[in-house]
Amino acid sequence: MSADLPRGHVPPHVPHATTATGKDRVTADLSHVAHTPGVHKPDAIVVADGVTRHFGGMTAVDVGHLEVQRGAITALIGPNGAGKTTLFNLLTGFDKPSTGTWSFEGRSLSGVSAARVARSGMVRTFQLTKALSRMTVIENMRLGAAQQPGENLLTALVPPLWKAREKEITEQAEELLVRFKLDAKRDDFAGSLSGGQRKLLEMARALMSNPTMVMLDEPMAGVNPALTQSLLGHIQALREDGTTVLFVEHDMHMVRHISDWVVVMAEGKIVAEGPPEDVMADQAVIDAYLGAHHDTDLGDDALLEDGIQRLEAEEAGEVTDAFADTGSTTTTQEGTR
Amino acid sequence: MDWSRILVNVAGEIFAPTTAAYALAAIGLNVHFGLTGLLNMGQAGFMLLGAYGFAISTIAGWPLWAAVLVALACAAVFGLLLGIPTLKLRGDYLAIVTIAAAEIVRLIGRSTALTDLTGASSGLRGNSYKDTFQDASPFPDGTFALGPFEYSLNASNSWWIRLVGWGLVALACLLVWLLMRSPWGRVLKGIREDEDAVRSLGKNVYSYKMQSLVLGGVIGAAAGIIYVLPRAVQPDSMGRPMTFFIWTILLLGGAATVFGPVLGSIIFWVSLMLIKSVMREGVPTSIMRTEQIEQFGWIIVGVTLMLLVIFRPQGILGDKKELAIDVR
Repeated sequence: MSADLPRGHVPPHVPHATTATGKDRVTADLSHVAHTPGVHKPDAIVVADGVTRHFGGMTAVDVGHLEVQRGAITALIGPNGAGKTTLFNLLTGFDKPSTGTWSFEGRSLSGVSAARVARSGMVRTFQLTKALSRMTVIENMRLGAAQQPGENLLTALVPPLWKAREKEITEQAEELLVRFKLDAKRDDFAGSLSGGQRKLLEMARALMSNPTMVMLDEPMAGVNPALTQSLLGHIQALREDGTTVLFVEHDMHMVRHISDWVVVMAEGKIVAEGPPEDVMADQAVIDAYLGAHHDTDLGDDALLEDGIQRLEAEEAGEVTDAFADTGSTTTTQEGTR
Repeated sequence: MDWSRILVNVAGEIFAPTTAAYALAAIGLNVHFGLTGLLNMGQAGFMLLGAYGFAISTIAGWPLWAAVLVALACAAVFGLLLGIPTLKLRGDYLAIVTIAAAEIVRLIGRSTALTDLTGASSGLRGNSYKDTFQDASPFPDGTFALGPFEYSLNASNSWWIRLVGWGLVALACLLVWLLMRSPWGRVLKGIREDEDAVRSLGKNVYSYKMQSLVLGGVIGAAAGIIYVLPRAVQPDSMGRPMTFFIWTILLLGGAATVFGPVLGSIIFWVSLMLIKSVMREGVPTSIMRTEQIEQFGWIIVGVTLMLLVIFRPQGILGDKKELAIDVR
């Protein structure tokens, strides 16, 4: 029903909100939103229209309309090659779209350089972590801060002009390092950190500029379970502070646990949208991406035997189909369905 | 063998004007490579442009300060022209473009079409542009001996050029030291490590790379002036080998350090002089003629430097721990 409301319209009756930001508020806002792809949100921070990206003859991204709710944790899920990271690159200015426009906080970001996108408050991390290896952890953090007078060639030569700001950002960096449990590594080279610690460092570094929106590309990949817990905590804390989070992730437990809204992509298109429970029960999403056993523990032996028997039966019946059709990922998945 | 004469010769290289010029050029390259990760394979082109800019405008009757400004401006414009098309691309492209552009400068300089201006392949004689610099000297005419080192005070290979050359080296070191520990230097280091990460943090990577290219090139042009003041502007003596000597000096001393280029230049020229002088005295002409010894000296230096780079890749002043990370 609320799909028909004009964009930016806040429902008059907000049933559960107790704070201006945070989970309650977001849940209340999104409770009125229909669960259809490309639906309007009451308070959208990112609005994308007709964004496509072709690589030769292949269409990597073809998003008709997408809105991201301010202050919410939105998960972007989908099979490998669905165009999630490409969409990230387009939104953050790291890649140029074939067609389409999008805006962030009402300002158009089409054709704006990556650096200016970041300066406008939308900061991203990368799927393959980009820690600056031969710089210390604290220098990595300091680099993340915005508005540093010392980053100008001429003022850089006169330390009194930038020492005050340097002290400020160092304090901010140290606070963040404590929050991310990296304070013991302060003066180590970033290259000497473990993979999970680098993920933490990259995220902490992104927060140095106090962004209004962070985009995390697979924040949990390669992170051990204990660290995952603390990362989840950090992301939820961001929402409590009013920061918008959009993340790509394959770990469905995490998606279910922390996200307020889930957007599913397949073959470059948005195929479903909604709260995590609804989306994960959606038959189309299960078929295209999750698989029938996404709820169960794959280590369960009974299931494993059951699965093997079924697979054997399927292979016998459908092996010819699978080889006849050498199409994209989803086609093969449909073949084994 | 006359050891005392050899030692004086060798020790004289420590503070020779050529050593200062190469140290200065390597400091410029250090801004490019050590600080920013730019592969500039045409530092000799910046030097040659500086030398031409200075010599030609002096011959045209311009005062010393204006001639120096012309030299530095030439290098700045050259840097801008090279940077505009290449700095948006991956690093290897800059390497190809700079080596080609430096060759273009040299080939234009030695082409007969510009003989009136550049003197073509025979170059510009030193006496035609040295006067304004020598007149600026506060010293009286004559020679001066400091211990065993005796040079003229003002003319050509003089104390005056040594003083100015090393003064400039000190100034450039101070500049690099200040910049390296500033937030500006931090952004450059970040670009050296990973451009995209720095871009994602809201820094205009292209602009920083351009600033670095121009700054290092301008320091290179100053080195070009110091290099040609005691001799002549010879386009063929400032070609690719010169660029590679500068690279060797930088890697020998240690990239991304303040004093690495200076130390590298001193060691490079001292060891070259040592090898050549000892062989000239010790090897009879029936085995190796003087010009063969000259060539052999370069071979020995080359092999020594290869060994150094293989077994001490961080250079003499570099931080081994820093280099050991992420070696690919």
